[in-house]
Amino acid sequence: MVKRIVSVAICVAVLLFIYAPILLLVVYSFTDSNVIGKWDGFSFALYADLFRDAEIMQILFNTVWLALVAALLSTALGTAGAVGIFYSKRKFAKPLQAASQIPVINAEIVTAISLALLFSALFLYRTYFSLIVGHMVLCTPFVVLSVMPKLKQMDPNTYEAALDLGASPSQVLFKVVVPQIFSGILSGFMLSITLSLDDYIVTAFTKPPMFDTISTYVYNAVKNGTNNSTPALRALSALIFIVMIAVLLVINLRARKPAQKEAAK
Amino acid sequence: MNEQKKEEMIIRLVNVSKVFDETTAVENVSFYVRKGEFITFLGPSGCGKTTTLRMIAGFDIPTSGKILLNGQDITDLPPNKRPVNTVFQRYALFPHYNIYDNIAFGLKMKKVPVTYRNEKGETYTKMQKLTRREIDEKVKNALAVVDLEGFEKRSVSTLSGGQQQRVAIARAIVNEPEILLLDEPLGALDLKMRKEMQIELKEMHRKLGITFIYVTHDQEEALTMSDTIVVMKDGCIQQIGTPTDIYNEPANAFVADFIGDSNILNGTMVDKLTVRFCNRNFRCVDDFERNEKVDVVVRPEDIEMCPPEQGMLVGRVVSVVFKGVHYEITAMVGRSEMIIQSTQSRTVGELIGMNIAPDAIHIMKKELTSNRYDGYITKKNTVVFGDGEFECDVTTLYPGSHLDEDGYLITAQGEKIDLTDADVSVEVGLTDIEISDNADEGGARGHIVSLIYKGDHYQYIVRTEENEEDFVLDTEDLWNENDYVSVKIRPENIHMKLKQEIK
Repeated sequence: MVKRIVSVAICVAVLLFIYAPILLLVVYSFTDSNVIGKWDGFSFALYADLFRDAEIMQILFNTVWLALVAALLSTALGTAGAVGIFYSKRKFAKPLQAASQIPVINAEIVTAISLALLFSALFLYRTYFSLIVGHMVLCTPFVVLSVMPKLKQMDPNTYEAALDLGASPSQVLFKVVVPQIFSGILSGFMLSITLSLDDYIVTAFTKPPMFDTISTYVYNAVKNGTNNSTPALRALSALIFIVMIAVLLVINLRARKPAQKEAAK
Repeated sequence: MNEQKKEEMIIRLVNVSKVFDETTAVENVSFYVRKGEFITFLGPSGCGKTTTLRMIAGFDIPTSGKILLNGQDITDLPPNKRPVNTVFQRYALFPHYNIYDNIAFGLKMKKVPVTYRNEKGETYTKMQKLTRREIDEKVKNALAVVDLEGFEKRSVSTLSGGQQQRVAIARAIVNEPEILLLDEPLGALDLKMRKEMQIELKEMHRKLGITFIYVTHDQEEALTMSDTIVVMKDGCIQQIGTPTDIYNEPANAFVADFIGDSNILNGTMVDKLTVRFCNRNFRCVDDFERNEKVDVVVRPEDIEMCPPEQGMLVGRVVSVVFKGVHYEITAMVGRSEMIIQSTQSRTVGELIGMNIAPDAIHIMKKELTSNRYDGYITKKNTVVFGDGEFECDVTTLYPGSHLDEDGYLITAQGEKIDLTDADVSVEVGLTDIEISDNADEGGARGHIVSLIYKGDHYQYIVRTEENEEDFVLDTEDLWNENDYVSVKIRPENIHMKLKQEIK
């Protein structure tokens, strides 16, 4: 009995440790004070401010738009890359796959600085192009990483069977290969969106001067160590947190359903 | 005759080889398949049968050689351009489609020429996709052929293995291919299902009139279903023939061993239509050169058991296994093992006589590369074989071993082993045997019964008196027939292998 209580207590302590800062933020998003720590009574004022603030709304739109475009392009590129690696000769496939994963472990700041250098050499520094390419560099390896296992799980004979039944290689790709690896492509896409949404470093190094995403905006706003200037950001952060939790729940529940079906068989 | 044969030839492989990263999967294979035939590639795994099939399908391109379909070179044609369809071992159905869409897949890809007539009365042809109605009709027919009517909307994962295999067959035959390739299609099914599907496939072949090329490692399946069997080993064709030919007249020891159970024995032709094995002469129906070394095949069901005094061979029963329809009895005749299949049982330890009819003895040419004997080790650590006793190095039987002062073998692990009476198989190369006039010098003695001049050397056969064992040797020295000689073999040239572990 004591053992049980201790183990539960430890779990709660760990979770508290992880979530305390966020909870604090969420709680203080419901009060209309300038600094965290001062409770001026419960109110939705910050949320109202948030949706009235045209600048923040524009930035929110920028962030989502950038995430969607970068994720779509990365997913297309990453899927093509994974398929290409998978169907190369073994001699090439291994080094190719290893090379495609180096950006994952590479420090993001290194990626960001190299991107900045490259684009200034190409006279494309701080343009929408450099921003989108920067985010693609960030996301594509993760798409490859999530599509690859699906390709490996696929029955390799289905590719040959489709060829055998008269489909051209490109027809095989779209009618047989892509549908079978679709769940991998989808999770690669979702991963790309989350990566792009909260990215600060690469964005900061590649964005056009007058363009801001939530990350860069928040960073600039709290640069001085306080967030006095825009308390509405507390509401925004709380909202993002809640939306993320909701998305995570939906994905997990969706993933469990087919698994249960499978298990039921 | 020849002309007509060529005409009905649907596919032909000419000197086809396939090399994967230095390993040769298929080596210089040539054969043809007649239209409408059920041909089976049979062989152990890794013999190149599946690679051959994959080259016909177009999944693998031959390293050298040509593949001709109806006389046209299709060697480099991609699989989607070949009028050939494949049924895969693991079905390879598309998991994201239902049964209908799986079967309709090939039809939706297909374009057929359709002839139109315009207002001026001119006719012209256009390549067109099949209509929805045509596809529906064909899919329905295909499902009827494989007995799965009403399964259109089911998903692949709800089907059993046998049903999935039927869908895979339907998916292939619905395209009306000229050749249907089947790569061990029944390999993943249980025995009962396999037997049913064998009959159904054979029936389908008869009804559809499509050429079937079938790959299997199951010799019974091959014998049951095929018109022609191609036996393969190590990338080479061993024999092509009807099931009856392959079973009754195997081309070599490998085929005999692979197709059905058989006793394969070393023999020598001692006279016209007479072969000697197990120390006895037998009448036979195959004619070979006198004194030629041959492999003798006797099917277990062709050995008749009788009382010991009436038998051509006498042996002691060492095991009896009940196999359902028959008993499988193993008897030792001297140091050779004989397997007998009979509906009568015998008890272990009993002495039995065995008779073999002349036409049950099948004799095959033997590529003679070395002398092989059954022998045993003596107390003195010498080896007895071929009616002689020879000095040998028993430590070669156990790597890293040595002998102690008392003559016991100490293994690398320090175990002490008494080799006395251990049965060994002995191999001696043709050039490793010397003969000498001095009768006391060698381990065995005999008369030279044959000498053949082979260009730069002579090949002699020395036959011992007691059990008529033969030593075949190559040497440049000249001897005469009927010379009485002794046989010398240096200990390091006697290659021995233990027949079973010593406890």
